[in-house]
Amino acid sequence: MQNYLLVISFGVVAGFLARWIMLRSDYRHYPTYPHGQLTHLALGFIAACLGAVAVPAIAKPDYVAVTFLALAAQQFREIRSMERNTLESLESTKLIRRGNDYIEGIARVFEARNYLTILTALITSGVVQIFSWPYAFIAAAICIYGSVKFMSGRKIGDIADIVPAQVHFDKSLLMVDDVVIMNVGLEQIRQKIEKDGMGVLIKPKNDNARLTLDVPGQRMAIIHDVVSILGSKVDMNEMDLAPLARKQVDKGYLGLFLVANEPDIQYLIEIIKRVPVLESAQGTTLSSFYGKKAAD
Amino acid sequence: MDNGLRDFILAIVTMDYSLVQGGGCPVFLAENATQQNKISMLLARILGGIVHDLENGVYLIVKH
Repeated sequence: MQNYLLVISFGVVAGFLARWIMLRSDYRHYPTYPHGQLTHLALGFIAACLGAVAVPAIAKPDYVAVTFLALAAQQFREIRSMERNTLESLESTKLIRRGNDYIEGIARVFEARNYLTILTALITSGVVQIFSWPYAFIAAAICIYGSVKFMSGRKIGDIADIVPAQVHFDKSLLMVDDVVIMNVGLEQIRQKIEKDGMGVLIKPKNDNARLTLDVPGQRMAIIHDVVSILGSKVDMNEMDLAPLARKQVDKGYLGLFLVANEPDIQYLIEIIKRVPVLESAQGTTLSSFYGKKAAD
Repeated sequence: MDNGLRDFILAIVTMDYSLVQGGGCPVFLAENATQQNKISMLLARILGGIVHDLENGVYLIVKH
């Protein structure tokens, strides 16, 4: 007769720990401290409990209990819509918006992290049940490492080269190297942009990357991340200095323009490199037959 | 932000009325370039728009 209490507590602790480590309140400003985090830690705890009791329920054997687990796991689907609703309702009061693609990506990640929590708890408690409790530490460490490592996704730096570029004017047209950004009418705004503006080119490494950078949602995500770290000189009713990312239509790369509170071009480049590639924006032309043919 | 649905001309500021035809949008006449610049800037701030330059002496205030 195994000590089920031991099995369950190891599972719960490992699962909860996994959720805690995956819950990072970073520059994306979400979830906010402390209430948003508490919500997710509480849900993570419930998820860990669910995963942990599964093994004893099978070992008992109590198969009906296992079916209830499946029912309870359905509840975690609600998390995605909860996150989506929260972030969407906050969009209207933002100067620089995240965009729907980014919100959907964040919501999906939050849902998936709870499943990872369940899995971690399940595996850890399973190891305790089958072997013995010292092995739980190894199993939990591997699970948590795997959750963090393999769920981090790709970054813009992986799919594109980011190079500094010159912000200049062609009469009234604001340009970043050879990319036309917008028409600026006022002379004083032009002078300000020439003085404080920063520009970079985001050059895709292949055709997949080019399609990814084409998506407006991906561009909004890049701009949002950059502005949430470096700041911008946009204010309500003064949108002249709004950061923009536009495409060089012939060559397919992006020109990004920004007037930041902290004008450090090398950090701007580092930040852009770390922006996640959104799942909904990923280009996949190179995995299709004709896409590959057309690429060369 | 990037979508064009809200694009709308709120006002036109010019020194030469003959360059602007048709209606539907208020046109402000300025006496000189300094005044034109000033009026455009004030209108843009008040209306929450951005000043664009047609490069023929006509400034538009457009809501994005």
